Amino acid sequence: MGSFFRGIWNTKGQARWILLVGVVITLVFIVFAVLAPWVAPYDFNQTKLDGAKLPKLAPPSGTYWFGTNDQFYDIYSRVVWGARTALEVIVLSLVISIVIGVPLGIASGFIGGWFDRILVFVNDAIYSLPSLLLAIVFSFLLRGPLGGGVTAAALSITAVYIPQYFRVVRNTTVSAREATYVEAARALGAKPFTIMRKYLFGNVVQSVPVLGTLNAADALGTLAALGFLGFGIQPNEASEWGYDLSRALDDAQAGTWWPTLFPGLALILLITALTLVGEGLNETANPALRRRRLRPVVFPRREQDEERTR
Amino acid sequence: MPTKPEPVLDIRDLVVHFQLQGGALSRLLGLGVRTVKAVDGVNLTLARGEVLGVVGESGSGKTTLGRALLGLVATTDGEVVYHDRERGERRVSHMRGRELRQLRTDLQMVFQDPHAALNPSMTIEEAVGHPLVIHGIAKGDELRRRVGEALERVGLAPVERFLSKYPSDLSGGQKQRAVIARAIILDPEVLVADEPVSMLDMSVRAKILQLMLDLKTDLGLTYVYITHDLASAKYFCDRIAIMYLGRVVEVGPTEEVFANPRHPYTKALLKAIPEPDPERMVPRDLPRGEIPDAAVPPLGCSFHPRCPEATSICGWESRDLRALIEEHWTRGSAETYARERDLVGDLEHLDRPDTRPRVGAGGALEVRGLLAEMRAEDPDEPLWLGVDAIDDDGDGVRVSFHPGEDPQLRAAGDVDVACVLYP
Ligand SMILES: Nc1ncnc2c1ncn2[C@@H]1O[C@H](COP(=O)(O)OP(=O)(O)OP(=O)(O)O)[C@@H](O)[C@H]1O
Ligand code: SF4
Ligand SMILES: [Mg+2]
Repeated sequence: MGSFFRGIWNTKGQARWILLVGVVITLVFIVFAVLAPWVAPYDFNQTKLDGAKLPKLAPPSGTYWFGTNDQFYDIYSRVVWGARTALEVIVLSLVISIVIGVPLGIASGFIGGWFDRILVFVNDAIYSLPSLLLAIVFSFLLRGPLGGGVTAAALSITAVYIPQYFRVVRNTTVSAREATYVEAARALGAKPFTIMRKYLFGNVVQSVPVLGTLNAADALGTLAALGFLGFGIQPNEASEWGYDLSRALDDAQAGTWWPTLFPGLALILLITALTLVGEGLNETANPALRRRRLRPVVFPRREQDEERTR
Repeated sequence: MPTKPEPVLDIRDLVVHFQLQGGALSRLLGLGVRTVKAVDGVNLTLARGEVLGVVGESGSGKTTLGRALLGLVATTDGEVVYHDRERGERRVSHMRGRELRQLRTDLQMVFQDPHAALNPSMTIEEAVGHPLVIHGIAKGDELRRRVGEALERVGLAPVERFLSKYPSDLSGGQKQRAVIARAIILDPEVLVADEPVSMLDMSVRAKILQLMLDLKTDLGLTYVYITHDLASAKYFCDRIAIMYLGRVVEVGPTEEVFANPRHPYTKALLKAIPEPDPERMVPRDLPRGEIPDAAVPPLGCSFHPRCPEATSICGWESRDLRALIEEHWTRGSAETYARERDLVGDLEHLDRPDTRPRVGAGGALEVRGLLAEMRAEDPDEPLWLGVDAIDDDGDGVRVSFHPGEDPQLRAAGDVDVACVLYP
């Protein structure tokens, strides 16, 4: 892990700027998300103040910075709370997909045989489905037991990303399995589980952080799409930009621009920022990591061979 | 030397074959599986306290033999028996799971590439101490004490300087010392060292070998020292086994093998040792020809295509004939090649081992003439000894070779040799 951050710190040139811009914008969103209760004047589900309803579709003004929408929500507050929802869902879905995908990938790649073949088959089948469709199906299934909240949305997105971690980790494991240090671990008498935990894990998770940042932007897109299509988070559970956008669409046609503009802008900004972080990392840290960590297993040339080719 | 050395490892008719899967196409066509005979019938006994050298060219099966000794690779046939001081005979080659893991406290290995042998994400302290953790032998302060002790023993001192280092922070020699420390921390009986110094700088090789000798005396170890370098084997080993294509072709006390090499392959290897004196350095002169394919080894004695002393019964066959014809063409001009290629026709079929191959497409007499010409070119070529008869067959000839003999290891003086010259 240490080298990962060192790798980021040492990035150069264009990639460094891409990374920097992405990180700064993301940080701004994180600050808003964390401080939401203090920076948002209203709660995400608040339509009344002191018993009186907020105005409907009030244009941006000193009181309602971004205006209000057709559901009597203060748009500025919804955007701020939406940042919190977005980050919650992203973090939750990434953590769950990593926690499930990585061990599964290591086990599959290390154990091999039928176990591996079945997992790879199932995984490829899931992977080949359109990700949005998959997320919709899962959110549909999860709505019953879990309701239309953050957890259900995060889990639906998780289903889309597990295969990606599985695939990457499994493939790195397959090549790392042949490394001498794995054979050395066997020669020391290590159990398969110990080999996976102590010898493979630390070396195959190197590619996960970069994949995670690349997926973060994608996860946010999926979340918004779910919300937009009405399969996502319900407005009374949490504020979600995709849902607000879909609500505001009719008003936009009637010339009321503020209910679409602000959530849309927030969505685009955060997706862009996360993409920049992911791409920046991918460009710099990844090849460096590959060189440093995942050395291909090359059998050393023998002196005699060299002698002969000379 | 004691009169009856106590055996610690017995290798009996050990065979290790690897299945090579072809691509999907060749599997469909049924050409699928090729078998590499990495170890092909090895008999050796390792006496307690000795250093046995296993020497051979690349691909002769040394590493595979070493891995089989520890049960790291599945044996195809034969067995490896470990004589445990407490528990008596134990068949390493038939162990699995827990029993095999437990055996690691007695049999250990040092690898060729110390860099690859250490987990890049473990500190030296973790790596060296891990065997004790795995076997539940020590933890906490005791673990730290024993790691320190092992590091000191291998000369990684002051210990504090190395404990928290990662492998990438150490030099090659230091890494190999750490690998050795990890191997001895379990207090094993036998250490299989697979070319432990071949990837290190010249300057540290002798130091590591000396360290291993010191450890042997201090800890009462038995070594299997795998190398392709006869010079270091001479310095290091009590006995030497010479391997060629998965077989042991000569085994005996080091002085005897060096002073009086018997197998032609041993002789060739000895000749190839570079002179220590750079003034008189001669280029390495390994036996002629390539190392044959271990999947389809030569008939008879597998060394015969390269053997300068080969006799009529060493196993001559179609592939040797093909090699000879092609070698003849490398000496001639392009026109001769074009003419003679039409004369002998297709040679591909000669790749299938056959003691009565048929060659020729341009008339029996002419082919016969060509063979006679080739023979005149190099009358000392041992292949001709193996030719029993050349008979006309259509517009070509059928060359009949004497049936070959596959020589077994037999006692000759103080050593055992597998060669028809020592019946
Ligand atoms: N895991 C494996 N799968 C398939 N073939 C293998 C495997 N390991 C070794 N071989 C083959 O077995 C033969 C012997 O290999 P081995 O590594 O034992 O030779 P070696 O004497 O140690 O050679 P080197 O000096 O190059 O280390 C070679 O032809 C090799 O290609
Ligand atoms: S049997 Fe002896 S003489 Fe014949 S080829 Fe083999 S090594 Fe040479
Ligand atoms: Mg080897």
